Amino acid sequence: MTPDLECVDLVKRFGDTTAVDNVSFSVPPGSFFSILGPSGCGKTTIMRMIAGFLDPTSGDIRIKGGSVLDTPPNKRPVNMVFQHLALFPMMTIAENIGYGLRRRGMSRDEIDRKVDEALDRIGLPGIGGRKVDELSGGQKQRVAIARCMVLEPDVLLLDEPLGALDLKLREHMKVELKALQAAFDTTFVYITHDQSEALVMSDQIAVMNAGRFEQVGSGQDLYYRPGTPFVAGFIGESNRWKGRIERAEGGVMQLRTDTGLAMRAAGAALSEGDNAEIFVRPETIRLAGSAEALSRFDNQLKGTVTSLLFNGAASRVLVQDDAGEILEVTLPQSGEFASLKRGDTVHIGWAADQAACFGAA
Amino acid sequence: MRHQSRIAFILLLSPLVLWLGLLILIPHVDMLLISLRERVSFGVYETSLTQYKKALTEPLYLRTFWRTAVMSVLATAITLLIAFPVAYYIAKMAKGRLQQVLFMLCLIPFYVSELVRTFGWMILLRETGIVSNLLQWTGLADQPVELLYTDATMMVGLVYTSMLFMVVPLVTTLESLDDSVIEAGYDLGGNGLSVLREIIIPHAMPGIVSGCIVVFMLSLGNYLTPTMLGGKDSLWFTEMIYNQFIVRSNWELGAAFGFMLLVLSSVIVWGMLRLTGRTLKETMG
Amino acid sequence: MIPTIPQSRAFRLVYGGYVALFFLYLALPLTVVAVFAFNDSQFPSLPWEGFTWNWFFGEERPQIGVFHERGILRAVGTSAFVAVCVAVLSVGVGTTNAFLFNRYDFRGKGLLYVLMLLPLVIPGIVLGISILVFSSTLANGVWDLAQMDIQALRPGLLLVILGQFSFITTIATLVISARLQKFDRTLEEAALNLGADRLTAVRTITLPFLAPAMIGAVVVAFLMSFENFNTTLMLVGSDAPLTIAMFDRLKEGSTPLLNSVSLLLMLGSSLLALLVILFQRRP
Repeated sequence: MTPDLECVDLVKRFGDTTAVDNVSFSVPPGSFFSILGPSGCGKTTIMRMIAGFLDPTSGDIRIKGGSVLDTPPNKRPVNMVFQHLALFPMMTIAENIGYGLRRRGMSRDEIDRKVDEALDRIGLPGIGGRKVDELSGGQKQRVAIARCMVLEPDVLLLDEPLGALDLKLREHMKVELKALQAAFDTTFVYITHDQSEALVMSDQIAVMNAGRFEQVGSGQDLYYRPGTPFVAGFIGESNRWKGRIERAEGGVMQLRTDTGLAMRAAGAALSEGDNAEIFVRPETIRLAGSAEALSRFDNQLKGTVTSLLFNGAASRVLVQDDAGEILEVTLPQSGEFASLKRGDTVHIGWAADQAACFGAA
Repeated sequence: MRHQSRIAFILLLSPLVLWLGLLILIPHVDMLLISLRERVSFGVYETSLTQYKKALTEPLYLRTFWRTAVMSVLATAITLLIAFPVAYYIAKMAKGRLQQVLFMLCLIPFYVSELVRTFGWMILLRETGIVSNLLQWTGLADQPVELLYTDATMMVGLVYTSMLFMVVPLVTTLESLDDSVIEAGYDLGGNGLSVLREIIIPHAMPGIVSGCIVVFMLSLGNYLTPTMLGGKDSLWFTEMIYNQFIVRSNWELGAAFGFMLLVLSSVIVWGMLRLTGRTLKETMG
Repeated sequence: MIPTIPQSRAFRLVYGGYVALFFLYLALPLTVVAVFAFNDSQFPSLPWEGFTWNWFFGEERPQIGVFHERGILRAVGTSAFVAVCVAVLSVGVGTTNAFLFNRYDFRGKGLLYVLMLLPLVIPGIVLGISILVFSSTLANGVWDLAQMDIQALRPGLLLVILGQFSFITTIATLVISARLQKFDRTLEEAALNLGADRLTAVRTITLPFLAPAMIGAVVVAFLMSFENFNTTLMLVGSDAPLTIAMFDRLKEGSTPLLNSVSLLLMLGSSLLALLVILFQRRP
């Protein structure tokens, strides 16, 4: 099947800086594709090139198999939900949604019908006569999507559209966007710096850093099998160390961190003497009252609780081992450790294959 | 505390009331009263509408009145047409330094007295002026050409004089239009013309209205430009007010003229605000 | 039609050319005024008779320069005196107005605000004659009552100052109000909380915050007064400010003297304007 959107060796330079450095990807029809990266990584540049507001320095952009480089933005079969939505404040909601249809010279009756249909679809029937500033943030969001979807674009681009919303609404809109995408059955390309938005909604996520794609995969891939240190550090949270391999045997490595901690880790094919970066997620570290309960783990430590970071389901404890190393450990919610307090002695452990290890310079 | 605040309030209110009362309201009421009287004999006056009757029946007065109104509207329209693309260029096309420099260049000529600007046009356009010489030099004319004292010249001067008051509000409103709104217009299939018509102009409307009001007012009330650049037949209403007051010392008729000018400007300003559904406070404040 | 939307080369060229022409139109009259200030001739027109500084520094007829021409110098002094008075008065009243509209809610506030804006939409000449008419009514009234002739109420500098003040105050009010609206009231509350009384809080916190706008308003008021023509024309007595003096000379026929005065005016006001812009850009 031809992908809806395909970028081939895309490069964009501004003077001496390379904003997008040889990026290629393709998005299959009907899927939700996210580009996730810190601000300034070049993701907005990619999106604006797809929409036609920037010309790539080299490379090609194809939509449904055909190159669109020579197509001006107003003729491209892609539409965009802008970061601050860019609803037209001088028009009513119905005029906003009907704008693109009017540009196509559609008859007034048909436009009215389509606009009503779109308003029903986004669950806001009857608000067509209102002004833009009379709507709530979430409603504006949905109108901005409807305004594009009435044009039935091949690809819908979304540029951090949830950024301006407050936390509660953002959580709600994540679910709703996913549902809208399923309902419209259109390819969404979504850019964000918020990993939770990308993880919850996307079929495929590209993690982008400094103009390049670090890794493309499903949310699970990125979370459980990060391909690069950047991805391991960017997605989720980690205890991280730099260290040296002391011994490597059969995929399991014995290493020592720069701070002196000895541990076993699995992963990258490294050999003795190599420098490494090690990432261990707080939720993979097991907390126990005694050393016996941790016997099946490759790494075991005894330490003192220095701080309890209560945050509901995401509560953590900071554990300091005898050598002074501090580790963040997820606090299980089973009630077992409900009475844990500062100064208590605990045992912690984790398996070698839960520690992600990458070669470092 | 309440008592103190009351005193402060009165202290702040009184300059405003004195200013508006003594310099704006009462003088205009007085002017109205003067325009409504007729001198019967030395020092004896009686109330009548004679002045207005005279103003509205004398063809020269009436013609000048309408001419001034129509020409002012025309000058406003021309100023808007010339200023809009420039304001748009400054607000949306030029970026960074260039934008600031262009904007400053627009402002600086208007820190210079209107008299100087008019003088400049006289040097350029009179019979022995630069343009006339240029025309002879290029062979487009075989003798000195007098370009002053015509309606067209006056129009050039009027448009020039009020340009700033159109460009500044336009640049301000156009700048507040987010680039992404224009991009959204294109993204949804619009072209230059439809984006201009449906997005840019509606957004710029407040700036257009306030610019037009100010330019209209300035043209209507202009004295220098019509006097210095306009011809003998292109009498301006302000010149007639001046003549009645200073040359003929006929204050009654002059006051009536002044009031007609005030009414005319109020009606047109009110009409413009009404047409666009805006208030004076939004437009000028 | 913004840089991110692709446009044809021809369109961009035509558009750029138009904007360039516009700036030429803006610059043309001022440039010729400036250039002919240096023409060694009795007339500010072609032919070009050579370069001279005489219209600035010349001491004898027929080329008496600005700096030796008594009439012009006196007119400059008159204008400066008027402008300083107008600037001080209008910024003073503008500041109290700004506080009044920003800090108090009272019946008739909306109406007063609109009245405050009115001077902007009254033609300058009409403002001038209304004040002329009213002041002479007053003067006549006083004469009838007490047989006293109050010269101050006859056309002259006081009326010129009042006439200019009557509309420049509106502009000063708008400039200062705009800045006062941006003031964070909690700063004043913090001052009260730290032991200042209300007046001290305003003096030590709010007024320094307003200072850039007030200085800006002083300069704008000064320049507007210096350049004012219409209102002044109706109220002027025997001491003519510069614009009126120049107008009278222009009617009689112009010499490059007027160009050199104009050039100095341009330089002076641009300098002032630039100073304000620089001053206000400093955060």
